[in-house]
Amino acid sequence: MSADVSLWGDVALAVLGGAIRVGTPFLFVSLGECLTEKSGRINLGLEGVLVLSAMTGFAGSYLTGSAWLGVLAAAFVGALLAMLHGLLCSLRGVNDIATGIALMLLGAGLAFYLGKPLIQPQAAQLPALEWGAWSDSPQVQAALRINALFPIGVLLAIFMAWALANTRWGLIVRMAGDSSDAARALGYSVNGVRIWATTAGGFLAGIGGASLSLYYPGSWNEGLSSGQGLIAVALVIFARWRPLACLGAALLFGGAGALGPALQSVGIGWGYHLFNAMPYALTLLILIWTCSPKRSLQGAPMELGVSR
Amino acid sequence: MSAPAAPSASTSGWVTLFDNVALPVMALAGSLLFFGGFVWLGGASPVEAWALLFKGAFGDAFSWQNTLQRAAPLMLTALCVALPQRAGLMVIGGEGALVLGGLACAGLPYLFAVPDNLMGTLMVLLASAMAGAAWIALAGALRQYRGVNETISSLLLSYLAIGLFKHGVEGPMRDPASLNKPSTQPLSEGVLLGLIPGYEVHWGLVIGVVACVAAGLWLHGSTHGFATRVVGGNARAARLVGLPSHRLIITACALGGAGAGLAGGIEVAAVHTSANASLIVGLGYTGILVSFVARHNPWAIVPVAILFGGFGAAGSLLQRRLDLPDASVLVLQGFAFVLILAAEAWRGRLGDWLQTRAAMAPATPGHETSRQRLQREAIRAIRQNKEAA
Amino acid sequence: MTVGQGNRSGWNRRDWIKGVGAGGAGLALGPLALGQAFAQKPITIGMIYVGPKDDFGYNQSHYEAAMALKGMPGVKIVGEENVPETQAVQKTMQGMISQDGATLLFPTSFGYFNPHILEVAKRNPDVRFSHCGGLWDAAKHPKSVGSFFGYIDECQYLNGVIAGHMTKSKKIGFIAAKPIPQVLRNINAFTLGAKSVKPDITCSVIFTGDWSMPVKEAEATNSLADQGVDVFTMHVDGPKVIVETAARRGKFVCGYHASQAKLAPNAYLTGAEWNWVTPYKQILEAAQTGKPHPNFMRGGLKEGYVKTSPYGSMVPEGARKQADAVKAAMLKDEFEIFKGELKDNTGKVIIPKGTVMKQTDVALEGMNYLVEGVIGKI
Repeated sequence: MSADVSLWGDVALAVLGGAIRVGTPFLFVSLGECLTEKSGRINLGLEGVLVLSAMTGFAGSYLTGSAWLGVLAAAFVGALLAMLHGLLCSLRGVNDIATGIALMLLGAGLAFYLGKPLIQPQAAQLPALEWGAWSDSPQVQAALRINALFPIGVLLAIFMAWALANTRWGLIVRMAGDSSDAARALGYSVNGVRIWATTAGGFLAGIGGASLSLYYPGSWNEGLSSGQGLIAVALVIFARWRPLACLGAALLFGGAGALGPALQSVGIGWGYHLFNAMPYALTLLILIWTCSPKRSLQGAPMELGVSR
Repeated sequence: MSAPAAPSASTSGWVTLFDNVALPVMALAGSLLFFGGFVWLGGASPVEAWALLFKGAFGDAFSWQNTLQRAAPLMLTALCVALPQRAGLMVIGGEGALVLGGLACAGLPYLFAVPDNLMGTLMVLLASAMAGAAWIALAGALRQYRGVNETISSLLLSYLAIGLFKHGVEGPMRDPASLNKPSTQPLSEGVLLGLIPGYEVHWGLVIGVVACVAAGLWLHGSTHGFATRVVGGNARAARLVGLPSHRLIITACALGGAGAGLAGGIEVAAVHTSANASLIVGLGYTGILVSFVARHNPWAIVPVAILFGGFGAAGSLLQRRLDLPDASVLVLQGFAFVLILAAEAWRGRLGDWLQTRAAMAPATPGHETSRQRLQREAIRAIRQNKEAA
Repeated sequence: MTVGQGNRSGWNRRDWIKGVGAGGAGLALGPLALGQAFAQKPITIGMIYVGPKDDFGYNQSHYEAAMALKGMPGVKIVGEENVPETQAVQKTMQGMISQDGATLLFPTSFGYFNPHILEVAKRNPDVRFSHCGGLWDAAKHPKSVGSFFGYIDECQYLNGVIAGHMTKSKKIGFIAAKPIPQVLRNINAFTLGAKSVKPDITCSVIFTGDWSMPVKEAEATNSLADQGVDVFTMHVDGPKVIVETAARRGKFVCGYHASQAKLAPNAYLTGAEWNWVTPYKQILEAAQTGKPHPNFMRGGLKEGYVKTSPYGSMVPEGARKQADAVKAAMLKDEFEIFKGELKDNTGKVIIPKGTVMKQTDVALEGMNYLVEGVIGKI
């Protein structure tokens, strides 16, 4: 491959590269949300978790000099904030969605407040894996320069799909989500399972946040997240609560987000605002197409208030 | 949210008062405490912070007007959450409705010549309300006819609306004279919404208060509003009774969206004079917060909006005097919201507890009637059952 | 944290800013020493930023200038950041006037001018407002309001000259927020500077849509790098992401607003920086001595409103010589960037042969075209 790949080939490559670059945080957040929702709880606060853990990851890496410690710190903080969500929702009479929005605000507020000193400095970044080294073309090399977290995410998706279907823990989580009565009859505390699942979901989302601030774009900034946490909720519905489909959806969204700049770089500049809005339009169209009032969303955990 | 069990006559008034007023107030006090602790960890004096909060929000005439001004749009965007919620839907797309309302307000003169007086003002505000109503009604319709979850669809629609808005303002609708800040053509002088004579607050405040009062009257005083609440309380029962759920729900969404759209229109007509990116500052999202704290009661929205307006106004002073970052207001709001939600869990518990105590102890010792004994045992059994659930 | 500078170890942002401020103050103090001799009246200045004041970009450039003023006797500064361009800024300004006693305000974001500053100015005729970038018009605006701006496109031209020397692929890139005249002027100056070295250079432009969108900016940088662009510059509020992303791709970058050299010392060629302390001092002096408020201030390299960053070590001698020569001509007011014949990138002639547009020409502040050689559309 040489520098005279066709114009559309260029765009396609850029979209592929973008899909992985931008899609990695989507992947982790949607896997986390998938786990949470499988247990019957919806967590809209992942946006706040994402932002707070991005800041924590950056701070951790800056203070310790190691990006991986930053990732760990981010995941830990993400789990904490999500645990708060789980605990609040387990109280009687507390609305899932309201709590999610509250945590979104609290997480963002804390992140912006504590992150003020972090806007300027640089922190150690996560390593990149050069999966494109076999090619001579710089475009292919760049497109296949993968975030080290991405393969972890892929393995995680596979693992989660297998575990939910084949292990006892997976069964308990699914029971809590599909039929809380059955879980209770078997002696499991539904609240306990949901709190655990929400916390674990926050842990995963925290890794996604770390990917934003420690790899791409690799900086802490108050505009870092543009609703990715909230989109992840839509992603999970789009993927029908299947972890492997979450992987595909995350790539799709990452690619859609990269389309705008990619087109502009080859000279097609009209309507870039509309291109920026494309991932959201895509999600909405897919939701409209696949939902139906007659039957409940296939695959939706019964206890989740999403299907009517 | 469960309705409190009916307590005995003498305690019922106090219990309701506790649930509806004392609990939120305690939650707010708690959030102020948390905030003070947070500030103290950062090296500033919490007492000073509280004093500045109060001073910045309600300290003098300037602060009061600052607060009221900020509260005005919040009252309207909160309606966008409250009214659909009463119909059973959780809509959070007020931001999108607001920007489209602003665009419609600024865009109406592009379609035809708007009279340069109060009539013109009414027309552009009506246009903005209609634009917002259409957008949220769309979310409601998607929910009713396609089963799409309205929280997510309204959120996605909100992002779409912002994209459309930016495209319109910077592209086809752009005023060529607005060079470095792409905006639509400014509204003519006579159409603008002015200040309330003698004050530094614009008429949008009055519109907001009137809208909330009217919404409350509709909800609690009209048949239509009552029907909407029935649909919101129990959809299946409503269907059994034969209420036209689809129409009621979509109407509620349209009314809420009209509120948010109106907020956008007022921002354009009273503050900016044209539509541009300065409209997108999160008023819709703060409205969600206000609505929840007010428990989706339009009458309670007015004082809660004023409270949140006060937070915003005080945040300015906190930045200037204590050197605290602007995000401190976000943190305070976050704490307030979380604690108020947690306080929800205590709702009804006081009533239960008082009732159980009253029932456990017979009226006169040794003269418990069989009815009282039955009542007491029934209550105990219900409590045990509830705890097992 | 923000309060209590001793709390954080190993974080020297405040020291660094203080250092810069002291340096700036020292440099500019000379000519104003005379003015200061009889201008000790205490004055409170209000600073209003639209974003965070340490964003390595626009807001930081104003913050640094404010800190330079802070060191001067009798000067007190109150500041608010992240103030949106809505009613909120009016209330902020009024609060600074009523509650803090500020008599000189610097609302630094473009969108504050109309209607916000004008509204507050109407109600406070004794307070001076100095707006950055606004088009003050004697016929329309009160005398207590003024605007100042710098011809930073001169520095972008110099950026372009260096970029022209350093690019191997003959493709340079510009990542911009919105296609407004100030931004277009920078894009055009950058391109013209590069083309003066190699006439067949092309400059690809990507508009992200808003002033601060880190993910989009990173994506734009990567897209352009994929296309073969090897020198970047930008016009966004916070250039940090673009500088770091370009450096990570092994490309060169020219900075903007403030110096981002520390972020990528091996990739940073040079930069176009604001030197707001120059107009700030003039405005402050007028306020302290009771002279009329300067209403319309514009300046370029010659007046000291803008400056260039030192060259990176990788810039070769030949490039430096040429850029320095152009700079010297600019300092003597002998160099014009926008002169005929100038065509835009659709082929239309914008400036006919023989015509010259001086930097002070107000028509330039309404620029709405991209010059030949720029790949992109408005």
